[in-house]
Amino acid sequence: MPVYNAPVKDFKFVLNDLLGLDKMTNMPGFEDATPDMVDAILEEGAKLMSEVIQPLNLVGDSEGCTWKDGEVKTPTGFKQAYDQYREAGWMGLDADPEYGGQGLPHVIGIAFAEMMSAANMAFGMYPGLTHGAYASIHRHGTDEQKRTWLPKMVTGEWTGTMNLTESHCGTDLGLMRTKAVPQEDGSYKVSGTKIFISAGEHDMAENIIHLVLAKIPGGPDGIKGVSLFIVPKFLLDADGNPGDRNGVACGSIEHKMGIHGNSTCVMNYDDATGWLLGDAHKGMRAMFTMMNAARLGVGIQGLSQAEVAYQNAVVYAKDRLQGRSISGVKEPEKAADPIIVHPDIRRNLLMIRAFTEGARALGLWAGLQVDMVEKHPEEEGRRAADEALSLLTPVIKAYFTDMGFELAATAMQCYGGHGYIHEWGMEQFVRDARITQIYEGANGVQALDLVGRKLPQNLGRNLRQFFHPVDAFIQENMMDPEQKDFIMPLAKAFAKLQQGTALIGEKGMGNPDEAGAASTEYLRMFGLVALGFMWAQMAKIAKQKLADGTDDPQFFETKLVTARFFFERMIPDVSSLLVKMSAGSKTMMELDADAF
Amino acid sequence: MAIEKVAVIGAGVMGAAIAAHVANAGVPVVLLDIVPEGAKNRNMLAEGAIATMLKTKPAPFMHKKNARLVTTGNLEDNLDLVADCDWICEAIIEHPGLKQDLYKRLDTVRKSGSIISSNTSTIPLKTLTEGLSDSIQQDFAITHFFNPPRYMRLFELVGGPLTRKGALEDLRAFADVALGKEVVDCYDTPGFIGNRVGIYWSSVATRSAYDLGLTVEEADAVCGKPMGIPSTGIFGLGDLTGIDLGPKVIASMLAELPASDAFTQEYDAGHPLVTMTAKMIEDGYTGRKGKGGFYRINRDGGKKVKEARNLKTGEYATAQRPELGSVRAAKKGLRALVEYDDKGGQYAWTILSKVISYAASLVGEIADDIIAIDTAMKTGYAWKYGPFEQLNQLGNQYFMDRLEADGLPVPEFLKKVGDRQLFKEEGRDAFYMTKDGDYAVVPVAEGAWMLADIKRGNEPVMSNKGASIWDLGDGVACLEIHTKMNSIDQDVVAMLGEAAKIDKKGFKALVIGNDADNFSVGANVGLALFAANAAMWPVIDNQISAGQNALMKLKYAPFPVVAAPAGMALGGGCEIVLAANKVQPHAESYMGLVEVGVGLLPGFGGCKELVIRAMTNKKRPGGAMPALSGVFEAISTAKVSTSAAEARDMHILRDGDVITMNRKRVLADAKAASLAMVDGYEAPEPIEINLPGATAAAAFDMAVSGFVASGKATAYDAVVSGQVAHVLSGGDTDITVPMTEKKMLELEREGFMALIHNHKTLDRIEHMLMTGKPLRN
Repeated sequence: MPVYNAPVKDFKFVLNDLLGLDKMTNMPGFEDATPDMVDAILEEGAKLMSEVIQPLNLVGDSEGCTWKDGEVKTPTGFKQAYDQYREAGWMGLDADPEYGGQGLPHVIGIAFAEMMSAANMAFGMYPGLTHGAYASIHRHGTDEQKRTWLPKMVTGEWTGTMNLTESHCGTDLGLMRTKAVPQEDGSYKVSGTKIFISAGEHDMAENIIHLVLAKIPGGPDGIKGVSLFIVPKFLLDADGNPGDRNGVACGSIEHKMGIHGNSTCVMNYDDATGWLLGDAHKGMRAMFTMMNAARLGVGIQGLSQAEVAYQNAVVYAKDRLQGRSISGVKEPEKAADPIIVHPDIRRNLLMIRAFTEGARALGLWAGLQVDMVEKHPEEEGRRAADEALSLLTPVIKAYFTDMGFELAATAMQCYGGHGYIHEWGMEQFVRDARITQIYEGANGVQALDLVGRKLPQNLGRNLRQFFHPVDAFIQENMMDPEQKDFIMPLAKAFAKLQQGTALIGEKGMGNPDEAGAASTEYLRMFGLVALGFMWAQMAKIAKQKLADGTDDPQFFETKLVTARFFFERMIPDVSSLLVKMSAGSKTMMELDADAF
Repeated sequence: MAIEKVAVIGAGVMGAAIAAHVANAGVPVVLLDIVPEGAKNRNMLAEGAIATMLKTKPAPFMHKKNARLVTTGNLEDNLDLVADCDWICEAIIEHPGLKQDLYKRLDTVRKSGSIISSNTSTIPLKTLTEGLSDSIQQDFAITHFFNPPRYMRLFELVGGPLTRKGALEDLRAFADVALGKEVVDCYDTPGFIGNRVGIYWSSVATRSAYDLGLTVEEADAVCGKPMGIPSTGIFGLGDLTGIDLGPKVIASMLAELPASDAFTQEYDAGHPLVTMTAKMIEDGYTGRKGKGGFYRINRDGGKKVKEARNLKTGEYATAQRPELGSVRAAKKGLRALVEYDDKGGQYAWTILSKVISYAASLVGEIADDIIAIDTAMKTGYAWKYGPFEQLNQLGNQYFMDRLEADGLPVPEFLKKVGDRQLFKEEGRDAFYMTKDGDYAVVPVAEGAWMLADIKRGNEPVMSNKGASIWDLGDGVACLEIHTKMNSIDQDVVAMLGEAAKIDKKGFKALVIGNDADNFSVGANVGLALFAANAAMWPVIDNQISAGQNALMKLKYAPFPVVAAPAGMALGGGCEIVLAANKVQPHAESYMGLVEVGVGLLPGFGGCKELVIRAMTNKKRPGGAMPALSGVFEAISTAKVSTSAAEARDMHILRDGDVITMNRKRVLADAKAASLAMVDGYEAPEPIEINLPGATAAAAFDMAVSGFVASGKATAYDAVVSGQVAHVLSGGDTDITVPMTEKKMLELEREGFMALIHNHKTLDRIEHMLMTGKPLRN
């Protein structure tokens, strides 16, 4: 049976030593996030994961959800686990205290989300989507809407969903057909069919709050005429409790490659009562709040599958006795050496580790930006964080999930034939990870978002929030011989990323296909450099800790070796990526569609 | 006989401004008007006009000192002042009788062979000369300027049956070369060309806006930029020129035109808009000069709110930004505009169908060819395209088919054109269609051509995306910048570098110039901003060095380099002008080093050149400080000249640099100037100067901190000015150390790099690019 132990020590390192959470007392919520408090939350969370949530992962996959007469039954144990999770108050961890939340920083929420996804991704999506719906209502709702819907979402008694996709439109939501007809009392009647609705129907909560995109008849054409609506499964009675059933029902659920424990629903709206959330025709704006948070969350899912797969691969590589080390016998008392003696096994493991630890740092850094966007005391600081987040969101979503899938498969490889067998759990990680590259905007779309929107926005101002800190860090540490092994490869890779950026700036302006053709390679370069920036900072801290004396030298020495591995064997990919993206669009656009 | 002295009679808006423009040409001019009843100062009208013009914006004078060339007087005491004038231009009230009386009086004092002309806007020559002596008629012409005379390039010239050929030739040459006008020969018909078509157009455009139910804002959104009309639109234009002008010229036209003319036929004296306009004038709503017009600015509540008049009710409401699909469609061309199915599309078609048909029906009647009509509308009404160019864009066959479908008559001329183009290019020539339906070559005059005439049917000597080098003949090359807004990017810099080696390709001189509205608006700061955002500092640094090197090579090239600016030459564009050995500017050149507006300083040698010129100026007062102060003030306030004449005060022009009045003659004059320098040409001697160093910088900083304290400058202005002061004063030098140009360029580069690292500079650049306005941060 697979295992999962949340990397609490690494979370603490990133939160305290790298991000300096304890020093950010100028933002509300952070004063409560003392190192002791954060430790306690992480430890408790880790326990919940390994004892309650993770053990349901394999059974959730085998059993899946079942649909009957519009009702969905979640896999055995899910409801009990959800109750336990909910009753312990985890749902409201970083929610607004005004609506019953604990008001802790979102960055803690990101750490918790990683644990949850690593333990059981399908399960984690139920609270994950609730959180997204909560954030949208919190940001765009009226006071009355917030008072009506948020408190029970914060307790987890009600869950939430996002309804965007229809059978004929996913990426291009302007084609949407679901309509919302205004009623005299200010409500709307929503009708249409939405598909791929995660957690659209299940048996764990007493109400489900759907956020639905629809068009108000007579509004502007295309994407500019889309509005967002709150449509509950049960309408509320006079006391605010679930009463009459609304005109929304789950028509069926999908049979999928992975995340079997999560219900993926076809949702039929038939004159369902809904209320406008935010302004009419400005639904995409309201949705984007949710989508940015959701994309960051999906990136974290990618990371989490690499992490849990890594943990199990390590266990197996130490246990599995097979053959002997090519440089001479390592454990003569045993029948064979454990496979971890082999360079290639180590290469696989280090690659995953160098990714997950770097990505964890970047993901939590992004989580901190989410906090700053909301809570930074200065306008300038809020704006800078927003720009940084806009820029890095597509990178995190696409790079983390591509790597999550790739590295889950790498971890599976360490198992040989057993990795392909269901009961070991490894092939489930690969299958579960695969969806993260697709949903919340396919990774190709993320790459286009990066080069087509985030780069040119405000004439490249978003870039400033990443390129300037990296440049400053390189300049500061360039001359330090202690940092040479890390700074030099980072500086090289950074210069290549700048070249790639200039190339897109130049060519892409004349011919958007050029930017499109370069986008995927460019995004990956960006991801590698962003991780490199995190690794160089972490290496510097680790060196300092070791120099100052620490009671856990092994942790920091391992950090340094992993950093070195990243700079020796991962970041150099930037060079070949630059060569590829520089090749331009000509060849790939040359063939007529008929020639394919 | 060359025209060397001019008299203008009538010091109204047009007469006074014509006199001012004659003075702009450096020609002495007499300005006379009547003595108003009971006036203490008998010259009050002419003198008052001059005083007003010195305050008017846009300025009728190109330089305030030009006012000194105008001699003012009155018609009772000073008529003898016209005695030595070669040309007497009448610009009094549109009243044939009064005009004739004046001509007879003038005839008593004028010298023999002098020319009398009228600036009438609508009255035919035969009406004005009826019954006058042959001797007056022989010297009489119509010379019709457009308002404002300094800026509108059209000059309509009409001769009568008795008018001397020589008189017309003298006027033509003077208007063309000295005044810089586009001379168009017209037949002697009411309103000549510009007003004949223009007044009809204005009448159609206002009336059909009402009839089709468009608001003032909607009409102006369509009958503006989308149709190649100035962005004021039709109603905004009325406000600008004065609502009261319309009924006057319409009455004048109705009085002169035959009853069969389309204008007379279609004019509806009882139209609600005519009634409203009359009421507006009565109530003082005469446009910008009155209480408001079709728009007004409401200042109630301390805020300026633009309001528009409701054409039906006459009430004002906050001006709306119209949302018309047709306006968006117009980006794809005129045809897409008229084919778009909304009221904007219908409106555009109504205007074009009527105006083009009207113009087509007048070919051969008001002028010989379609070029004259197009030119008149482009240079007199500032249309981007003349009616026949518009027709060519729509396609004549399409136009005729649609007229027929609408049941409208098809003018005979268009039937001759059929499905052919009205304009075409073949080989090195451009062709237009004559009134008989044949193709004829568009003539290109010696000494008056555009680069387009060189480029047609030719290949450039060298070219990249940003700039090209053309062969102007006679061993002269021309560097043309052709980026968007003619901004300077690395392609342009590369081509500047190539141009500095053009002698290797057998050329002996170089002209830098182009046909665009603006010579160059300066460095492409968008690219610099993108590079700065991505922390690509070495890239920016290299581009500064590359620009400096290219301009130094041009300056010290073994052949003469003549810059031929026209329109804006700002920032880097101005620095190109400063690097040239000689400047042959168009009179309407707006030049200056404006970098501080985006938080930067001139980095392509602009600081260096102005410092050298100020310090080596023989006429300068003693000591370095006064000389440097002028440069510091110009750069730190981003001063831009409002004419080439003003640029001379700023040392952007030097002694010996000659100004060309006619836009079409700029390149030809520059070419001639460069050829005149070829024989015995030697590159300038490298120069060293002594600069005061930190003491001067401290003095400048102190002055700026005064402005900051009084709120006239921001704290960041002080940072930017501080860098400028540091560069201009020579950095860490002192007055005993000779300083090379290389060292000064290094200072510029360091200062530029220091500023572009600052986020506040990046915010300024971004704001400028996003809003077109400077950010005061």
